[in-house]
Parts: sequence; structure tokens; C-alpha cells
Amino acid sequence: MIYLDNAGTTKVSAEAQKAMMPFFSNIYGNASSLHTAGQIAKEHLEKAREVIAKCINATADEIFFTSGGTESDNWAIKSAMEFARLKGKNHIITSSVEHHAVLHTMQNAEKQGFSVTYLPVDKDGLISLTDLENAITDKTCLVSIMFANNEIGTIMPISKIGKLCHEKGILFHTDAVQAVGHEKIDTKAMNIDMLSMSAHKFHGPKGVGALFVRKGTPVFNFMFGGAQERNRRPGTENVAGIVGMAEALRIATEEMEKNNAYQKQLTDRLFENLGKIPHSKINGSRKHRLANNFNMSFEGIEGESLLLLLNDKGICASSGSACTSGSLDPSHVLLAIGLPHEVAHGSLRLTTSKYTTEKEIDAVIKAVPKVVETLRKMSPVWDELEKGERKHVI
Amino acid sequence: MLYSEKVMDHFRNPRNVGQMDDADGIGEVGNAKCGDIMRMYIKVKDNIITDVKFMTFGCGSAIATSSIATEMIKGQPIDKALELTNQAVVEALGGLPTHKIHCSVLAEEAVKAAIKDYYDKHGIAYDKSKYCAGDCPCVLEHDREEVKKKNN
Repeated sequence: MIYLDNAGTTKVSAEAQKAMMPFFSNIYGNASSLHTAGQIAKEHLEKAREVIAKCINATADEIFFTSGGTESDNWAIKSAMEFARLKGKNHIITSSVEHHAVLHTMQNAEKQGFSVTYLPVDKDGLISLTDLENAITDKTCLVSIMFANNEIGTIMPISKIGKLCHEKGILFHTDAVQAVGHEKIDTKAMNIDMLSMSAHKFHGPKGVGALFVRKGTPVFNFMFGGAQERNRRPGTENVAGIVGMAEALRIATEEMEKNNAYQKQLTDRLFENLGKIPHSKINGSRKHRLANNFNMSFEGIEGESLLLLLNDKGICASSGSACTSGSLDPSHVLLAIGLPHEVAHGSLRLTTSKYTTEKEIDAVIKAVPKVVETLRKMSPVWDELEKGERKHVI
Repeated sequence: MLYSEKVMDHFRNPRNVGQMDDADGIGEVGNAKCGDIMRMYIKVKDNIITDVKFMTFGCGSAIATSSIATEMIKGQPIDKALELTNQAVVEALGGLPTHKIHCSVLAEEAVKAAIKDYYDKHGIAYDKSKYCAGDCPCVLEHDREEVKKKNN
């Protein structure tokens, strides 16, 4: 199996697995318990917190463990809303290309009387700082802009956004689920107030993540229960998962430069070779892009059938077509960067990991053009394009 | 798996796929914007559909439904082909996920559109109200209503 859906999830590394194992057998105490079994678990929990904090230049008391990226995003936004209510503010700024964990939380905020500005993006998937500055009003309580996009890999100008928000005294949250462990993150230098992360995107386990909250930033409870996470996030800590996350992030941070250089070379080869397919288009920026992200559209074909045929060849990929999104419309990200619907339907996302081999990339470079050709041969849209009855858009 | 073995078989090995240069009727339904377009060609002799071909732009189930629909109407009298329903297509495929039912409706409409085109081209009178003109702004929306009606 050639797994190229690492933006979806990653394999748990052998190191992270090994680090977690004792917590399923010997070290099973509840970290809130006073006895030795509990206190040993607690020690490991706090050590993990320190490791994770260090990876993003934060302090341990700024890290709150959660069940993953979606919970962290929900919590950050809802907490900012609570704070806004106290301050008489009711306006949030976000981008039109956020993950649904943010977008749907924003839609919920609108239902609760907040006004939300969804900043547009350019063809590369980047917001404009001028747009952001112009959108800020004296009612703005939060700016939430993702660090890197999950579909097209675009890396937003986070330092500049942070600086602007800091100058204006507005909370800045970033959904960094795709960036943590992949891009250098310095919460202090980047003026980030809140940051969401998820372990399974960097070879850690699923079901565990964290929300970074800068010291001094108000945090409101999202759930109620026990005194875990300094009274802020109740529920018995997933010590095994947290330890696995810390080990995975430690390694990802240590190996970041090497892994990115390797994966950039793999995705460059994909772009170069699959770009030779006639009437294809690179989606997103080549410059401001995660090293492991490839996304292209092929005219005249539909993404789900492309994925199914690739799957038959043992290749696990992803697409932004409506059929794969389970709705009528193709990916909101591809539409936001200006792709016509029919081109967005024909998109292919391949995301590598450090485990991806050159040989696997060779196989993909061979397989994709064949599959595209097969589908184009039976496509009435391609037929019309070829006959000149329909105009090529890419 | 998302799809039944039968759907995957028709998707992987579509029957009667391709173009037909001397078709007696051609029907095209769907909308590229929605991600599905089906084109169906029929050859008619003595009121019998002697040959069928299709081309489809769409997801796995769109390709599979058009493929099986061609098998179901090939060799049939026109009247019989007109009786083809989307439920029959779904059943023949061993079921479809709920959000893919519209593909079967599209297949039914493609058959009807091809027959309508045959009637038009050959000056045969028919009840126009019974046919989708194939110009629905978005077939998915159109189909939702249809599917709802049929299921009730």
C-alpha cells in the first residue's frame, strides 16, 4: 500500500508506540490520584507537557491537553466568545479556507448573535493583511486564521497576522493542526495567543491534542467536571496518548529540517511529472507551502473515480470533489482560490510523510497519468473539450 | 467499503462504454458544476434498442449506474426501456449509499433523454411532459424532489 494521505492522518511512529506501551500495562494510574501509581503517571504527564511546550517555544503551564484539533478549535473560539460577551464585543474575523472545525464553530457563533468576517484568499490561498486590518473594528474580539491549509498546504503569514493583532489588542488563535511538527513555530515571536494541535498529524496517536493558551489570556471552560488541566479541561487525562504525542512531536521537531528537505524533493517530483499531464493545474502556492503537500486538478475528470482507480492500484489519496466531501459542492478551499466547480471536482491531493519512499513516488508518477487517461476516455466533458464544444479553463 | 462488489465491478469494467458515431438518439443529463454528466447513445431498429453506449463524467456510482443501465435496456423494446426506474438500477447494483441515489436517477434520465432525442429526430410524437429536458439547472436538486416523490 502506498499511503499518500498524511494530511488526513499519519502512521504512529515506532518510537511513539514504544513510549506509550508502559501506560497500557504498568503505569496505569489516574494522574489525579494521590497514591504512587497516580503520581508516577502525573510525573510523565507533566514531563510530556514540558516537551510539547518547548517545541513551540511556550511554557508548560500554557499547554492544555484535549481530545484533538477539533476540540481545541472549538474551545479556543468559544472561550474567546465568552470573553467577548463580558467586554461587549461581538465580532470575529477568520478566513474562508479554514477547516470545518473552525468554520462550523464560526457558523454557530453567528447563530448566537456574533458577526463573523470570512476573509477571502488569493489564488495561492493567502489572506491579505490589508483586508485583515480593514476588517478589524472596535467590536472585534478574535482573529482565527489557520497556520497551514489542510488541502492545498498554503502557509499563512502568521508572524505578520500575530503582530497586527497584538498591536490592536485582539486575541489571535491559529489552527496549527497541519503545521505543528512540520513548520517552525514560536508562539512568543509570532504573537500567538491560542494554538490548536493534534497528535495524529505528526506520527502520534489519534484522539489526543492540545490547546496552547498564552499566559494571561482568559480561558473559559468548555466542559465541566473534575479539576484536571488546572480546572480548565475536565476528564481523566489520556496519559498514554499524551506521552505518545510528546515523543512524536519531539522527534518531528528534531528532524524537521531533514524531513522537510526530503519531502519537498518528493512533492517537487510529483509536481514536475504530473504537471506534464495536459490541462492540469497546481492548486495553491508553490512558495508558501507545506513541504509534504501536492494538490493538482485535472480537467474533464471527477475526483472520486480518480481516487477509486488509484486505490485499485494500492495508492491512498484524497480529493476535493463533491462526492468525497459528501455534499453538493466541491471543497470550499478550492472554490475560495477561484477554481471553477468542474475543475475543483477533478482535484487530487497527495500528502507525503518521512516514511514515503522514492520508489512509491515513482509508482504514483506512473499510475496517475494512466488513470487520468482512462477516465478522460469515458468522460463526455473531456470529449466536448477535445472537440472544442467546451472551452478549456485550465 | 463504500460500494457493493457489483458497483465496483461496473465501475472497474464499465459495459458498453464509448462513443457511437451512428446513434439514432443521444441523451445528455447532469451538470459539470455538480460533478456528474451522463451521455447515452442508442441505436434503434424496429422499435428495439439494438445497441447502447455511454460516456460519464462523475464519481464511481455515476459510472456504475450508467454502465448497468445500458445493460438493462440493450435489446429491449423502447416501451420497456422507458419503464426503467432508478430503483431498478439501485437494486440491480445491490444497493447504493443514500447520498449516491441521485446517480441512479441520472441514469434513468439519461435513458429517457436518449429516447426523447430519438423521437425528436425521427418525428415520432410523444408526451413531452414525461421527459426531463436535460437542462435542469442542477440535476442533484431536481433529483432530490424526484427521489422523494418516488420513495413516498
